[in-house]
Amino acid sequence: MDESKIIAQIDKTDAGLTSKDFTSDRDVRWCPGCGDYSVLAQVQRTFPQLIGIPKERFVFISGIGCSSRFPYYMNTYGFHTIHGRASAIASGVKCLNPNLSVWVATGDGDLLSIGGNHFIHLLRRNIDVNILLFNNRIYGLTKGQASPTSEHGKITKTTPYGSIEYPINPVSIALGMEGSFIARTMDRDPKHLQEMILRCFNHFGTTLLEVLQNCVIFNDGAYNLYTDKATRDDNVLYIEHGKPLIFGKNKDKGIKLDGWKPIVIDINDGKNSINDVLVYDETSKDLAFIISSFSDNPLLPMPLGVFLARSRNRYEVEMENQIEEAKKKSTDLSIDELLKGTSSWEIS
Amino acid sequence: MEDKTDFETDITNLEFNGNSKAEVKPVEEVTIRFAGDSGDGMQLTGTQFSDALASYGLELGTLPDYPADIRAPAGSLYGVSGYTIHFSSHEVHTPGDQVDVLVAMNPAAMKVNLKDLKKNGIVITNIDAFDKKNLELAEYKENPLEDGSLEGYNIYEVPITKSTLEVLKDLNLPQKTALKCRNFFALGVVYWLYNKSPEFTLNWITDKFSKSPELIEANSRVLKAGYYYGDTTEMFTTRFSVKSASLPKGTYRNLNGNEAIALGLAAASAKSGLQLFLGSYPITPATEILQTLSKYKKYGVKTFQAEDEIAGICTAIGASFAGGLGATSTSGPGMALKTEAIGLAVMAELPLIIVNVQRGGPSTGLPTKTEQSDLFQALYGRNGECPVPVLAASSPTDCFELAVEAVRIAVKYMTPVIILSDGYIAQGMEPWKVVKLSDLPEMKAIFRTEKDGFFPYARNEFLSRPWVKPGTKGLEHRIGGLEKQTVTGNVSYEPDNHNLMTNLRAKKIKRIEFDIPELEVVGEKSGELIVLAWGSTGGAAATAVENLIAKGINVSYAVLKYMFPMPRNTHNVLKQFKKVLIPEVNLGQLSKLIRAEFLIDPIAFNKVKGLPFKSFEIERKVEEILKV
Repeated sequence: MDESKIIAQIDKTDAGLTSKDFTSDRDVRWCPGCGDYSVLAQVQRTFPQLIGIPKERFVFISGIGCSSRFPYYMNTYGFHTIHGRASAIASGVKCLNPNLSVWVATGDGDLLSIGGNHFIHLLRRNIDVNILLFNNRIYGLTKGQASPTSEHGKITKTTPYGSIEYPINPVSIALGMEGSFIARTMDRDPKHLQEMILRCFNHFGTTLLEVLQNCVIFNDGAYNLYTDKATRDDNVLYIEHGKPLIFGKNKDKGIKLDGWKPIVIDINDGKNSINDVLVYDETSKDLAFIISSFSDNPLLPMPLGVFLARSRNRYEVEMENQIEEAKKKSTDLSIDELLKGTSSWEIS
Repeated sequence: MEDKTDFETDITNLEFNGNSKAEVKPVEEVTIRFAGDSGDGMQLTGTQFSDALASYGLELGTLPDYPADIRAPAGSLYGVSGYTIHFSSHEVHTPGDQVDVLVAMNPAAMKVNLKDLKKNGIVITNIDAFDKKNLELAEYKENPLEDGSLEGYNIYEVPITKSTLEVLKDLNLPQKTALKCRNFFALGVVYWLYNKSPEFTLNWITDKFSKSPELIEANSRVLKAGYYYGDTTEMFTTRFSVKSASLPKGTYRNLNGNEAIALGLAAASAKSGLQLFLGSYPITPATEILQTLSKYKKYGVKTFQAEDEIAGICTAIGASFAGGLGATSTSGPGMALKTEAIGLAVMAELPLIIVNVQRGGPSTGLPTKTEQSDLFQALYGRNGECPVPVLAASSPTDCFELAVEAVRIAVKYMTPVIILSDGYIAQGMEPWKVVKLSDLPEMKAIFRTEKDGFFPYARNEFLSRPWVKPGTKGLEHRIGGLEKQTVTGNVSYEPDNHNLMTNLRAKKIKRIEFDIPELEVVGEKSGELIVLAWGSTGGAAATAVENLIAKGINVSYAVLKYMFPMPRNTHNVLKQFKKVLIPEVNLGQLSKLIRAEFLIDPIAFNKVKGLPFKSFEIERKVEEILKV
């Protein structure tokens, strides 16, 4: 049933693949300096480590946008489809053949705006599709319009007086849709990005990996606060299962729950200690909700890491199970019997 | 004088060979309509009678007519539900034009349906329902049974409610349960009137209510009571007998258009060796296709109730990309939403079946009514030069054949195929001579596994590109909606390449004309006039022309099923006639197409009332044109 992963554990025939094996013969045409290059490189570096899963089982599906060119650069099966529909097409691929390892490369406009409906229903069904969300908070391919993750007040070509909409928080949406694996990472942190890709692969069910990705042309510096050496340590919180939520240049800041309200404490100020710091539990949806809201609050750090990882039934598995059950219960599986039906009569 | 053998097929049990003095009059064909409140069980009554007739070997066509509201107030005009059965001892093409017998369970049912009743037609009414309240609900100022307005009809006032309650009196059933049986009283009367044994339904009752002896007793009693009512009251002076038809030997079953599509797709999937995946979103009148296929799990059919119409087709495209038989079913508004994705399937050159069960449009239009107005949408409703084969089913059982044919074409030519059905044939039911899988045409899907010389957009002799299942070693490749370089399939914006690819895609579909049957003419091959019909108007056209020929008027007809590409001989067929009459339930879409394609100026005959053409309308139109 989980051949896409079980095979990955036992099939060593392809062991020894390198990132080159996942590189197609197409020239990569993203703008120089685009954050997409990093995601591509980390995927190509991580996939050979997926314990020998045959390369031909990987499928990349994308919609429309800069990031949706991704499949062309991967030497795997790929389908560059239409705007917003990657989640739906990927659902069809995985349901038809659960043995494939199906990945969606998508952007904030593609997944959260035009494709929002398919996105939430994919999470709801928990089909084993891995979503890589390239969130650059701007429409890049159409040259700089506001996206569903653009900040309120953001000036873009379509919002010359500032955006009057509030941004979507994809992690919170995924939590609301009972997503089973939700994580966030950054294009400028290759190691963490690789680690998160690996976690996505190893999870059974839909995975959402939001990648904070810099658009060098239309929204350059959107994440500088989290990437610049001077500011990043005090503004990024790496969340890890079973570990206290501490951050800061000197690892002296911690997250404490004051009732339901998260606050930042100084663990060395004499009043608080490491023991007051919240220890993260990635199986807790309640905690995940609290932490996911950090990104909307300028007083709290940007959380990166796995927000939630838990087991839920998968649509494609239950779909196959129902078929198998029905086959087992039936004494006659011939199509001729189906054609004849249960209330036929003879004319002689 | 009745035919002896006929009598034997009619009554097989002495219990139902009563004492009636009524004369038995042989007739060729009858159209009967059961009408009542949506809660009166008219659909069940209708299917019972039609199944019984079919099992007795009659030719028939049926059509249910549901109210648009799920549970409209009892007794109201918009709550009337009907079921029409046209049965005959010769071939039947439609569920009947005009009704010979109307069973009206209440005044509203009478009011709504009287317009379809023939002059001198029979009305069997439930006299007990003609009270002040029901008359008001039906907006009758006077009781039509008393004010003379029904002159010219044969009215039989039957105390259906009272008799039902009377016969069940000693069972002490709750009144509500007892009243639920009254449709079987009406059915009993009809069995008697048509000289048919009610045993078929008695057996069904025994089967259906096997867990409740009380309900078996109640329903059987009421059914028999209805039958005996006809037998003993001497109300009816005549009963009728329709001889069995001389159908070819074989196994038969009833099918409506939606079931036929589902069955056809399932059969074709088995024949082609492809797993069927239906991605679909509920929409009237196509939902039944999704519902039916959802039951076919043991045959490996996968159904996916998508979050919207777009996801319906996109999951199906994903399934086809993964090496399955992707299909989606919808109606006009859903078709509009699927447009962009159909274009993707054309560009990606993947097999895909798109079923549009047409309804009245535009927009939400008339969800429960029929129309043929999505022809242009199917042919042209996409951006770019985007050719898609379009097949149109002309009858409920034709839906089976065309579903199979659509799969054959889709797989062989690596293309989406649109099947047009409509509300009329989707719900209309007729007997179908059961076929076996071995009777279907060969359509085995072939997947490319050979690495050497593989190019995603290289083409075979049919101009089809290779189909590769993801998971096949060494054939990893990328496809998508952007223009492809010929052969390699790489993205290409080259002007000459786009010109080449546009023409290749067009040519690939156009040449399917060499792989489909020619247009068949019924009647003389040349002459004054041919009726060219398509879709569900085909049945009415056939009946009309048969009637005209019987009257000595020399006309012909043809039913077009391949809307694009059209059969190669279409132009030649039409050229042989001075006039071409095209009846269609739209404002002349096929007429425009025929004019554009062949420079033939057809006579467009159109109506857009949400109703199918009646054969007499076409008959009269032909007579008017030919001035006969």
